[in-house]
Amino acid sequence: MSLDHLYQQIILDHSKARHGSGLAGTQAPDGATTGQSHQLNPVCGDEVTLRLAVTDGKVAQIAWDGAGCSISMASASVLTDLAEGMTVAELHEVINSFREVLRSRGKITADPELLGDAAAFEGVARYAARVKCAMISWVAAEDALNQAA
Amino acid sequence: MAVVSTPATLERALPVMDNAEVQRIRNDFPILDQLVNGRPLVYLDSGATSQNPLSVIEAEQEFYEQRNAAVHRGAHHLAVEATEAFEDARQTVADFISADYSEIIWTSNATEGLNLLSYALSNAGLWAAHGRGDARLKDLALNPGDEIVVTEMEHHANLIPWQELAFRTGASLRYIPVDDAGGLRMDVAGDIVNARTRVLAFTHASNVLGTINPVRELTALGRSAGALVVLDACQSAPHMPLDVKELDVDFAVFSGHKMLAPTGIGVLYGKQDILDILPPFLTGGSMITTVTMERAEYLPAPQRFEAGTQRISQAVALAAAANYLTETGLDRVHRWEAELGQRMITGLESLPGIRVLGPAAGQDRIGLAAFDVEGVHAHDVGQFLDSRGIAVRVGHHCAQPLHRRLGLTATTRASAYLYNTTDDVDQFLDAVSGVRAYFRA
Repeated sequence: MSLDHLYQQIILDHSKARHGSGLAGTQAPDGATTGQSHQLNPVCGDEVTLRLAVTDGKVAQIAWDGAGCSISMASASVLTDLAEGMTVAELHEVINSFREVLRSRGKITADPELLGDAAAFEGVARYAARVKCAMISWVAAEDALNQAA
Repeated sequence: MAVVSTPATLERALPVMDNAEVQRIRNDFPILDQLVNGRPLVYLDSGATSQNPLSVIEAEQEFYEQRNAAVHRGAHHLAVEATEAFEDARQTVADFISADYSEIIWTSNATEGLNLLSYALSNAGLWAAHGRGDARLKDLALNPGDEIVVTEMEHHANLIPWQELAFRTGASLRYIPVDDAGGLRMDVAGDIVNARTRVLAFTHASNVLGTINPVRELTALGRSAGALVVLDACQSAPHMPLDVKELDVDFAVFSGHKMLAPTGIGVLYGKQDILDILPPFLTGGSMITTVTMERAEYLPAPQRFEAGTQRISQAVALAAAANYLTETGLDRVHRWEAELGQRMITGLESLPGIRVLGPAAGQDRIGLAAFDVEGVHAHDVGQFLDSRGIAVRVGHHCAQPLHRRLGLTATTRASAYLYNTTDDVDQFLDAVSGVRAYFRA
């Protein structure tokens, strides 16, 4: 397995761009219901605090603070781009699909129609030690979504 | 004519290790001869766990093929053979650290050794409170107002058991801080270790910084305070000569798997006069003299601390590992690894954006280096090195407080052993030099 299969261009780009990063500087939209979740991976110290705002049954905004490896930071950034505008049910479906791909040890291929840029994390599934890095913000989003919706 | 060698002439007679010798040593370690991600494996994670030479693997196999039985019971031939192998192993490991035979307690690893000790000490308090056991147990008991002292650079294994002992007894936990360079603040140690100190526990060599701590100075502080002195020898026993009598510590722990032996075996050394009165931690079979439905009398050390069927084959394998190290010469191993450590740090310090923890180049360090790569998380560094066949450790190395003190959450650590060549270090350095470009840091 080549390193470039794991660190796809999209992942390297998003690990720098970090869309949605910066909780303190982002106000949740007026009238939205919000949920917030803090997730920590004790193995490597990766940490994400993610707030998710829902308006009229749709994800209005994701904002997060995090520290961690490029996989975990890119994954939070991609999630932010993907989730905003989705219905609660759609985001649940996407999170479940993402989890299924990542836990498959490479047996299940990602559906780019459903997962968009997040399909780039398909290669992570072959690196068991890195699956949690890719999942951490998604676990936070699921938790926050359950609070908000 | 007989030639009498003094230690000094013997020392001169021993050739220093070189790459040619290391190449011969590597032939004893079959696992090292493999490709990882298409590259020859460069194993630089011995600080986490070391590899086993054939003599160790064969010692364990020979035990199971020829002598396996429960020890200390049964009159049959195999039981006698197994008991002899098990107790011979204890003598070998005692000799390895200049201890006496009955001062060696088998544990699963150093973590278990430290937990055993901390629970035995809280049991000492309970026994003393009930007038049970030796009258001197009250001197071992911890009470509110007493203090336990550790250092800020400890592995969690030499921190958390003491936090919990403090919780159980009402004692307070204090620590000797480290300075910005990661050195122990010996200037304040004399105040922190004082008449209230009952236990002083510290590491011989830091698993993150590579520092070798001033054991004699610290032990002297502990002695003058009347405290028990506990040495974490996990990163020293495998890599340098260790003489517990000369160091005069009361207890020492180390793990077999960090010194060429299998997992599941470790050692707690304790001074005989303390072990003689210390209550047990785990109780049950194999550690008693007389048992009634109401109570039990216990065997002397070491059996008092070895309840249940022991890790017999692992103990035999650990003795084989100790023999391998002794035959190679730990003085020589120590010098070789120090050279590799200096090569690592000199190389790392020359790279832009790399911050090495611990002593600077030219200062004493064991054969390891932990470092931060600016703009790249340690997990990514480790993954990048792995793609080049290089095995290192990433994370907090079970030393979160130390990392927090140094303003970091995770670092990358390369740690060498007697089977690493200078070429291993050079390949590692070459790979590290490419990390920041790959991740565009």
